[in-house]
Amino acid sequence: MSLLVVTSPHAHGPLSTSQVMRTVLLATIPGLIALTWYFGPGTLVNVIFGGLVALPCEALALRLRKQPIAPFLKDYSVLVTSTLLCIALPPYAPWWLILVGVAFSVLIAKHLYGGLGYNPFNPAMVGYVVLLISFPLQMSSWSAPVPLIEGTPGVMDALRACFVPASYDGVTMATPLDVLRQNTGQTLEDLYAATPQLGHFGGVGWEVVNLAFLAGGAWLLYRRIFTWHAPAAMLVSLALCAALFYDEGSSSSGGSPLFHLLSGATMFGAFFIITDPVSSAVSNRGRLIFGALIGVLIYTIRVRGNYPDAVAFAVLIANFSAPFIDHYTQPRVYGHGKDQRDE
Amino acid sequence: MRRPHDFHGGIYPPERKSLSNTRPLRRATIPDQLVIPLSQHIGAPAKAIVAPGEDVLGGQRLTDLAGLPVHAPTSGTIVAIEDRVIPHASGMSAPCIVIDCDGQDRWLDLEPWPDYRERDPAAVVARLHEAGIAGLGGAGFPTFRKLSSARPGQIRTLIINGTECEPYITADDILMRERARELVLGIEILAWLCEPKEILLGVEDNKPDAVRALESALTEIQTPIELVVFPTKYPSGGEKQLIEILTGQQVPTGGLPADIGILCQNVGTAVAVHDSVLLGRPLVSRITTVTGEAVTEPGNFEVLLGTPMKQLLADAGYREAPRQRLIMGGPMMGVTISSTECPVIKTTNCLLVPSAKELPANASPQACIRCGLCAEACPATLLPQQLYWYARAQDQDQLEAHQLFDCIECGACSYVCPSHIPLVQYYRASKAAIIEQRADTAKSDRARERFEARQERLEQAAAEKEAKRAARKRAAAAKALDAGGDDPIKAAIERAQARKAAQETSPASAGDAAREKIQRIEARLEKARAKLAADDGSDATITAALTKAVETTEKKLTTARAELDAANDPKEQTP
Repeated sequence: MSLLVVTSPHAHGPLSTSQVMRTVLLATIPGLIALTWYFGPGTLVNVIFGGLVALPCEALALRLRKQPIAPFLKDYSVLVTSTLLCIALPPYAPWWLILVGVAFSVLIAKHLYGGLGYNPFNPAMVGYVVLLISFPLQMSSWSAPVPLIEGTPGVMDALRACFVPASYDGVTMATPLDVLRQNTGQTLEDLYAATPQLGHFGGVGWEVVNLAFLAGGAWLLYRRIFTWHAPAAMLVSLALCAALFYDEGSSSSGGSPLFHLLSGATMFGAFFIITDPVSSAVSNRGRLIFGALIGVLIYTIRVRGNYPDAVAFAVLIANFSAPFIDHYTQPRVYGHGKDQRDE
Repeated sequence: MRRPHDFHGGIYPPERKSLSNTRPLRRATIPDQLVIPLSQHIGAPAKAIVAPGEDVLGGQRLTDLAGLPVHAPTSGTIVAIEDRVIPHASGMSAPCIVIDCDGQDRWLDLEPWPDYRERDPAAVVARLHEAGIAGLGGAGFPTFRKLSSARPGQIRTLIINGTECEPYITADDILMRERARELVLGIEILAWLCEPKEILLGVEDNKPDAVRALESALTEIQTPIELVVFPTKYPSGGEKQLIEILTGQQVPTGGLPADIGILCQNVGTAVAVHDSVLLGRPLVSRITTVTGEAVTEPGNFEVLLGTPMKQLLADAGYREAPRQRLIMGGPMMGVTISSTECPVIKTTNCLLVPSAKELPANASPQACIRCGLCAEACPATLLPQQLYWYARAQDQDQLEAHQLFDCIECGACSYVCPSHIPLVQYYRASKAAIIEQRADTAKSDRARERFEARQERLEQAAAEKEAKRAARKRAAAAKALDAGGDDPIKAAIERAQARKAAQETSPASAGDAAREKIQRIEARLEKARAKLAADDGSDATITAALTKAVETTEKKLTTARAELDAANDPKEQTP
């Protein structure tokens, strides 16, 4: 009987790519629950419809690229892309917005660049930015947090908002980030007192949503899906920027560090977006720089820019710089130390 | 107690050591026939000093001392010296000495050296050479060479490697448990030879029994050996990693441990040193683990070198299955063997026969998502995902810039890769391609140098010829002057001028000039033909040159005749 001849190693660890992707999907659950709790089922509908759009898009792209369809669909990567994009979209978004965003993410941002593993930009964020620039109105109307309005939107409302947008008339409200950016005269103390949706730190609902994504991220860290470097660097640099320009809460203050950490897409971005391994820097040192750069960019764009949130732009700009960062942050290889004699 | 250092990366695969280390050491059956490869490690193969038909005794040296010798593991008759398949990743065959064992196990009289300390250290090193001692942990590097290559006083730290970090393998574990005393005495011999300031014996903390055995041996024998037990992590038994764990130092890239004053030896080697010096016994057997779910009685065997693997597998109750893998070594770095006929050699620390469920064959690879788990796992702090990228692009400059050659092929990156990419295969192939290209470059460099040297030689020869010609010319001129005549050059110029003037003044004489020319050419042609006829044909280039000269002259003659015809044509002359 002939023996099988193969090369080492013969043992393999238990982890697989589809498992990594499934774990990431599972980790979004706390955040999704918080979003649903505070903003109604809009985001859930986004995510489910987005997934239904994403799978055929992926299959189509794979078919056009003459790639095997089943194994790639089973790696769950396309569902991660669509889920992350749909979480970032405003709840109760119309179906065509989701369709355009997901299709652009999958077909253009992912497959046109060579598919899984080759895309230089985070596909979900590319889709988000395309929508933000093309449809600013739809993209900047966030529904009001449930505790501040009468009548919780139900599942039927959410479905109507999605598929028959004209018939839906939800209550929208400026997000805390909008409120702060548009503030011209009031000190932060007055502003918080005058604006109910600002909550304690980062806004009613937003605080819990951010903490929920933080919890999901912590679980991913525990499962060693990614390292702490990029998220920690981003959060620290964002908090530092906020602390630096806090200006003791004056009318020109950019908001407190806690406000920035717990508002908008901060935690979602830190643990679910910038940790996308494909488009980020590769070494741990590189990821520290990558994360810190995103933190600074988020703060700058939030406070000085024109858009409701800054994570998407910050991430795309940092994606550009990832190869550059990689070039200068190669780790020191064993035996190449400063104290070593280089021949 | 020394605090062990940590090294970057590493993995924690299931150890599966209890499969084989819960049974006592057994003696493998002595087979009817032993097959002993002449080359069992890096370096030139040894040359046989026995011939077929000759009877040999156990312990008898079979090869000369040019390489590292091999010995007869038991008594018997040499039946052949021929190519047999050897345990090598390529499944190749190589010269082997085949011994029919007579079953009596008669031995040479051994010569123990209990008093080795009173002898010349060089003689003891020579004895290790004669006894065929090679590193029993990994590549089987000749021990005497490792010892003799260090300068006196160069070795500060002697490290004895009892790590055995690969899953499944327990040969060193059992050795340390069963032969702790011999191990300590063997280490003392090594220490006496290289006179280190400190002696460190490193063992992973997953071998408590071995640690206990060593501790009691160390209390019994008073020695400065320091036992260091450190946390289990693969690949802490890699030489470079163990050095970092025990000393915090790193071996400079491309260098040897000796460059930072360190010498590493495996525990099995130390015991073999003990046997050869204190007992006079050459290296003819070793402890090999036979394990995996395809054997019913896994365990460790004291086995004669040259025993066919099928014999050893049979001793462990091997049940063959389709698509069976036979791995020499562990699941991380072991090589698959293509035939159970292969003999056990000095470096066979383990035969692993896993079931398909136990170590499933590689899943088909998916796209790299640059998750970085490989970089987390790499003990050399490389960026495996980048190396993979460049290996696929065959970008050799970037591969070298990312220090491909610091990869120790431990397999940690492949192990953790969620996309099941066979990374190590890519690195091996890339290394081979780069090495091949370097060889090609060296070859073409040599060819260019040869060509340039030849050009130079030819130019020099031409210059010499020219110088000689000039000298001859000068001599001729001097001769002409001596004869009282005019300067021949001046005379020639005058003749030429006169001819030209004649042509210009009387076009009618153009025909005469052409006729004169034809005569000159005819004379030259004659000369050239004579030269060609005189040529002996010994040098093809000369013959070719002469033939060419004749042809050219003939052509010129034809042209000149045509000119003459033209000169005689009346139409041409009356414009």
